Amino acid sequence: MYTEKVLENFRNPKNMGEIENADGIGTVGNPICGDLMTIYIQVKDDKLENVKFKTFGCAAAIATSSMITELAKGKTIEEALKITRDDVAKELDGLPPIKMHCSNLAAEGLHAAIEDYKRKRDGGRLCRDDRVA
Amino acid sequence: MNESVNMKSAKKRVYLDHAATTPVDPEVVDAMQPYFTRFYGNASSLHSYGQEAHNAMEDARKKVAALIGAESEELIFTAGGTESDNMAIKGVAHKKKRGHIITSSIEHPAVLEACRALERGGFEVTYLPVDRFGMVNPLDVESAINDKTILISIMHANNEIGTIQPIEEIAKIASERGIPFHTDAVQSAGKVSIDVRRMNIDLLSLSSHKIHGPKGVGALYIKKGVQIEPIIHGGGHERGLRSSTENVPGIVGFGTACELAQDRMKVDVHHLAEMRDRLIQGALTIEESYLNGHPTKRLPNNAHFRFTAIEGESLILSLDERGIAASTGSACSSKKLVPSHVLMAIGLTEVEAHGSLRLTLGRENTSEEIAYVVEALSEVVERLREMSPLWKKDLELAKWKEKLKDVH
Repeated sequence: MYTEKVLENFRNPKNMGEIENADGIGTVGNPICGDLMTIYIQVKDDKLENVKFKTFGCAAAIATSSMITELAKGKTIEEALKITRDDVAKELDGLPPIKMHCSNLAAEGLHAAIEDYKRKRDGGRLCRDDRVA
Repeated sequence: MNESVNMKSAKKRVYLDHAATTPVDPEVVDAMQPYFTRFYGNASSLHSYGQEAHNAMEDARKKVAALIGAESEELIFTAGGTESDNMAIKGVAHKKKRGHIITSSIEHPAVLEACRALERGGFEVTYLPVDRFGMVNPLDVESAINDKTILISIMHANNEIGTIQPIEEIAKIASERGIPFHTDAVQSAGKVSIDVRRMNIDLLSLSSHKIHGPKGVGALYIKKGVQIEPIIHGGGHERGLRSSTENVPGIVGFGTACELAQDRMKVDVHHLAEMRDRLIQGALTIEESYLNGHPTKRLPNNAHFRFTAIEGESLILSLDERGIAASTGSACSSKKLVPSHVLMAIGLTEVEAHGSLRLTLGRENTSEEIAYVVEALSEVVERLREMSPLWKKDLELAKWKEKLKDVH
């Protein structure tokens, strides 16, 4: 049912774990449905210097989490925001149709982490200096 | 593809999914062999080819009957457990034309879906609840009976959590009220002793491939005098109750499997229960692990667990990587993405059901294999928990538990 690439990413996930003092953290999913994903990002000069994940879920959920960290690492914020759930599935040579909806949450997780980063950054800067141009 | 299959078969493999199906015993295969190429007659034919097939089939019928203490004339061969369940339930219902059926909420889908189909046709069905161990209370059966009740169907042992039901008590209640009692004994046959006479059973479903026989064969025991309407019509085979040319090699194999099961039951049950207890003891040393089902009234080959903060499909695939074949009630592994109805019925939350694992043993498993499985299991659980954002995040878990309360 799963492609070899999904199984490979499930068996040997990349970038598993937390980032201490992450610049942005995004959690998506719902354990009732069987998937909960947290993506951690570290940003330097507008680039995603480090991306890590922690996931509770099926093989598809774990494989997509691993894949998103690979896809996002080194990209600019703007580039990373363009990564879609379809991109993740494509990189894994596809997902079973039933898993496309429920377990393919990694792109949303990444976007949520970036939103969190922006909120912290903008919030912080607005307090520190006057950014009104 | 071929390469990866070969690689898989080269490493250690342990099959712990005997509730799904069992390997066919070599003795069974030997018994079946001549009925493909040598004695290939149609059991209905009058010539000697037909008679050879017929005699072999009747010999098998005796062996199947002996396993459950029935007369051979009381057994109808079917294509499996699902057909037997359908035949019993729809057969009684269609004979009576209308009425009320009592069953439990943890039956196999073959029973539940047959009952739902009857509901659509105007029958009434009561699905009894179970306690947290998965046990039906006979008093609930008694109070569900009304003057329209035409059938009571309660499984002997549950296929997921292995709980053995008090069917003797339930059958006694049914028989006192003159209501036919059916039991699905697909998982219990050969592992729990059955005597249909002593136990007051009117209809009983059996399946060959769960007891080291071939797939595609089963039987329905119908006590003398119990009337059913056939669900398959045709040339009048099996006393007109189940038309279709009989699967002679399959039936011969099933007969031999029943004979072996009966001969070996004492030894098998002792061996299975010993391994099961070792497995349970070992698995429960893992932090936040729980046993599902009844602590003592359970099948000798069934161990069913749940592990906090991990998901079953990941667990199954991780065990498979280590050569261990198991099963889960997690929604993520089901075709409909809903958690097991059995786990819901015993009161688990969706999150708990996700972390479920069923390990079912067979006579060919060894103690060494159990030791290997316990070790692999604790490694796999630890690894998945390392990955899980729910593990050791008491706040996260508590938060979701609160949300669950709102949902329910």
